[in-house]
Amino acid sequence: MTAQGRESGFGKDLIGLEALTGDQIEAILDTAEPFKEISERKIKKVPVLRGQTIVNLFLEPSTRTRISFEFAEKRLSADTVNISSAGSSVQKGETLVDTARNLEAMRIHMVVVRHGSSGAAKFLADRIPSNVINAGDGQHEHPTQALLDLLTIRDRFGAIAGRRVCIVGDILHSRVARSNIWGLLKCGADVAVCGPRTLIPAGIEELGVQRLDSIEEAIEWCDVLYVLRLQLERMEGGYVPSLREYNRVFGVSSERLGRAGDEMIVLHPGPMNRGVEIDSDVADGPRSVILPQVTNGVAVRMAVLYLLAGGRPELAEDAKAAAR
Amino acid sequence: MSGSLLLTGGRVIDPSSGLDEVRDVLVRDGRVEAVEQGVAGPEGIPRIEAEGLVVAPGLIDVHVHLREPGAEHKETIRTGAQSAAAGGFTTIWAMPNTDPPLDDPAAVGFVREEARRWARKGEGGARVSPVAAASLGLAGEQMTEIGGLVEAGAVAVTDDGHPIHDPALMRRLLEYTQSFGIPVLQHAEDMALSAGGVMNESAVATALGLRGIPNASEATVVARDIYLAELTGGHVHVQHVSTREAVELIRVARERGVRVSGEASPHHMALTEEAVRGYRTEAKMNPPLRSAADRLAVRQGLIDGVLECVATDHAPHHYEEKEREFDDAPFGIVGLETALAVCIGELVKPGDLPLFDLVERMSTAPARLMGIEGGTLRPGSRADLVLFDPDEEWTVDPASFRSKSRNTPFGGWEVTGRVKRTIVGGETRYRDESAGPD
Ligand SMILES: [Zn+2]
Repeated sequence: MTAQGRESGFGKDLIGLEALTGDQIEAILDTAEPFKEISERKIKKVPVLRGQTIVNLFLEPSTRTRISFEFAEKRLSADTVNISSAGSSVQKGETLVDTARNLEAMRIHMVVVRHGSSGAAKFLADRIPSNVINAGDGQHEHPTQALLDLLTIRDRFGAIAGRRVCIVGDILHSRVARSNIWGLLKCGADVAVCGPRTLIPAGIEELGVQRLDSIEEAIEWCDVLYVLRLQLERMEGGYVPSLREYNRVFGVSSERLGRAGDEMIVLHPGPMNRGVEIDSDVADGPRSVILPQVTNGVAVRMAVLYLLAGGRPELAEDAKAAAR
Repeated sequence: MSGSLLLTGGRVIDPSSGLDEVRDVLVRDGRVEAVEQGVAGPEGIPRIEAEGLVVAPGLIDVHVHLREPGAEHKETIRTGAQSAAAGGFTTIWAMPNTDPPLDDPAAVGFVREEARRWARKGEGGARVSPVAAASLGLAGEQMTEIGGLVEAGAVAVTDDGHPIHDPALMRRLLEYTQSFGIPVLQHAEDMALSAGGVMNESAVATALGLRGIPNASEATVVARDIYLAELTGGHVHVQHVSTREAVELIRVARERGVRVSGEASPHHMALTEEAVRGYRTEAKMNPPLRSAADRLAVRQGLIDGVLECVATDHAPHHYEEKEREFDDAPFGIVGLETALAVCIGELVKPGDLPLFDLVERMSTAPARLMGIEGGTLRPGSRADLVLFDPDEEWTVDPASFRSKSRNTPFGGWEVTGRVKRTIVGGETRYRDESAGPD
């Protein structure tokens, strides 16, 4: 198989969930199901991507997402190379277009890219024949994070359609929020956002979500409370007066969860600021599905890699069986 | 005979005298001598067949960035003036945000003389009038020596590229410039409100994850400047008006007699923020492309005459500079060679603005507004003319631009209206080669 012009049913790349249909998203989640089981096995490897080279191009610091992708790639037997901003030519002023040219010259099959600028993943995808997977671009999208969140919600409720999901916190700067909004809406969920008005972006309702101003109202309303990380630099930007104030007004505490429905679950993309956006007893409590999220992350990324490499959703089971 | 020619059979549109009829135009020694039917013309004068073409006073663009001195890889005075001539412009105003900026008489004189030098060598284009910096180093603190700058050839002052932020400085400028009868051109933007923004603030920016620039960042500065113009009696000209709020503020202020004027750019009338989707850096400019409602308001502002003139904000950037992450790409697009056709397509073709009025907005109005020569074909006036085919359809090919830069959102557009010849002081400075030999 060459890197030239390969296409899955989802296109050459995975840049964001905005471009996908609900059916395509559900198909990725279906494909992830059999891959979950592989991670439970003693020998956690299948030969699906043997001989394929994947570059993990992380031009913005990230530990969890990079490690999750690496596990996924290795479990599919791909050859991987990691390039991170520290110490690479990228930090020495190489432009993204030069990076793209170099990647093209290396004839690699796939690039997993994390970048601080919105649109960077698409920029790369438009310029190289390799499959490009967006592992987070600026404040735009982080599609595999949303896919693992969707899988976690589906695992718990059996279906995403009809569920009420409220995303709480810094929506303005969050690519995780954007990808989740698109994914949830396309899969038929009701979506709301809740947070200080300074961190709710312009025209959010036009995307098809409602805005809730109080965390109490949000907790009563939703089946899924998706708590975002509050980045500490938001205080310096003047968006919130202090972390203490943020916790007082929007922090998710077990006391506040007293208003929640019995089935309500709490998600968080990590890493958490305990005592700021979420209290420890909630993060570690019975409603939290934060650890299953991490497990699902590897399975979903395996599914995405498999599908972009040309695998078909219904063959995922067979691919797994063949490895036995 | 240099500077003399006879244009025969063209449709002469001269808004300064209300003329829109088929006439011959006789030019002698760089001046318009007669605009009549059946002009015989003296022996030996070159005759140019203009049947089917519009003959109009040369277009005037009061907002152009020529990049020289300092960024000659983007544009030079020579290429910028030639690009202007190819777009039908006979006079352009060069903004002072060069390196070094045009904040002293030597720099202002350099721009003027450089344009003249190329013209003498037969490589000229439009006339180039330098606009001087309003503050030293464009730093927004100390007023430049405006008297000396005007003596050196400056026609106005601005800190364009940056706003004049300090209200006290703006007040002093609006007072001081009155001694010289020149306007203060303002790039209206509150930098604290727009900080870090790269496109219009809206649902589109939210979806793209790009930082937005709110309409209020323009409107608040326009409102302030209107009150300062009212206080001082000075003339503030709002550059590249992009918001419905600013159009409305200018409309109301003009009704009560404030000396405020505004310009509309072809791109703000032709495009909305939707053009940014896909992270297209050729649609990144400041002020940004706005919503559909803003676009309509700017168009209507020009149609109603609230915004008196069209100006391109021609802002060349090298290909490599635009070929990068949206956040990091520079603001600005080129506009000189597409302005007329884009305006014809956007305003004249749909029937919103008669061609006569468009010529007025692009030629007569800016001359009148700024108190400069041009914008007329009255006998005795300078023979600055444009000949264009208002119906010719063509495809915008950035590779064919005279400009050094190609950063346009209009590449590949099917447009209507093509410049055939541009005449400056009776001398042809541009001719469409596809029209065949002279
Ligand atoms: Zn400007």
